[in-house]
Amino acid sequence: MRGSLAAVGYGLAAIGPGIGVGLVFAAYIQSVARQPETAGLNRPNLFLGMAVIEALALFGIAFGFLWQD
Amino acid sequence: MSKVASVLSLEDPPWPPSVDEFFPPGLFGVEWLTKFMLMVWLAIALIIIFFLVAYRNPKIVPGRMQWLAESIYGFTRDSIAKEVIGHEGVRFAPYLTTLLVFIAITNVFALIPLLQISPNSHIAFPVMLALITYILYLYWGVKAHGAWGYIKTSLFPPNVPWPMYVLLTPIEFVMVFLMRPFTLSLRLFANMFAGHMMLLVFTLGGFALLNAESLFIKPLSILSWGMTVLLTLFETLVALLQAYVFVLLTSSYLQSSLAEEH
Repeated sequence: MRGSLAAVGYGLAAIGPGIGVGLVFAAYIQSVARQPETAGLNRPNLFLGMAVIEALALFGIAFGFLWQD
Repeated sequence: MSKVASVLSLEDPPWPPSVDEFFPPGLFGVEWLTKFMLMVWLAIALIIIFFLVAYRNPKIVPGRMQWLAESIYGFTRDSIAKEVIGHEGVRFAPYLTTLLVFIAITNVFALIPLLQISPNSHIAFPVMLALITYILYLYWGVKAHGAWGYIKTSLFPPNVPWPMYVLLTPIEFVMVFLMRPFTLSLRLFANMFAGHMMLLVFTLGGFALLNAESLFIKPLSILSWGMTVLLTLFETLVALLQAYVFVLLTSSYLQSSLAEEH
């Protein structure tokens, strides 16, 4: 077998942020379903939460290339 | 030249795509005159010309261009600056609008034929943008609270039992002064970098499959190119979303600098 172990590592690194982003969007959809008028109010919070969590997965991409030999 | 166009003429496309794809040689034999530099100039020229022309002869009933310029500015002012920073956020609206439009245009370059790569997929450009934001929110924090007051409000959150500061203060310090500019630049960079890499993987992967020896593998290249089309649509979404997120985070940092007690 040939290839880079970094690909497997990134797959593992993406699990946590994947679950996290899923939870953020689930919470947003639920809150909008309960109170549709809060959709605009919560949208900045949705993207703030998503951006903070997503950063972890993006570290994985950057460091995967940074530390390749 | 575009990557794909140069690949089309090759007998054996480079596979797998590597980081070298992000470093095209300097144009006209000049090392520092790269594609990215020209793209940034183009973006700046587009923004200046667009806003000047759109607002040169403002009317009470706006024309098409004036309407577009006003809705971009209105969106940033009302649903980002005022929403996140509060009423005094209006004074940051011009900066935030410029930032939003600049990042959006440079990101969308990744999807335009012949350009096909975003300057933001080089870490240097997002780092500069994040540095401007960093200096801006430090400046306004110091201006609003004084140097010691700003350090105190950002490192010592109120209403906490004092032994907790042993734990909280280092975390807050790393968060506010180190991680914020770092994640802000890395988020934009990694999104554009990964986006370009994904498009390369599926485009070049199509050629790699087409060049395969087995006749049963060749048709799979259609699937790979189909993925390229889908991912291009996805990248459009990501490009605009990242511009929005960058501006949103900038205004959120400014808000925490200006806040009285948080």
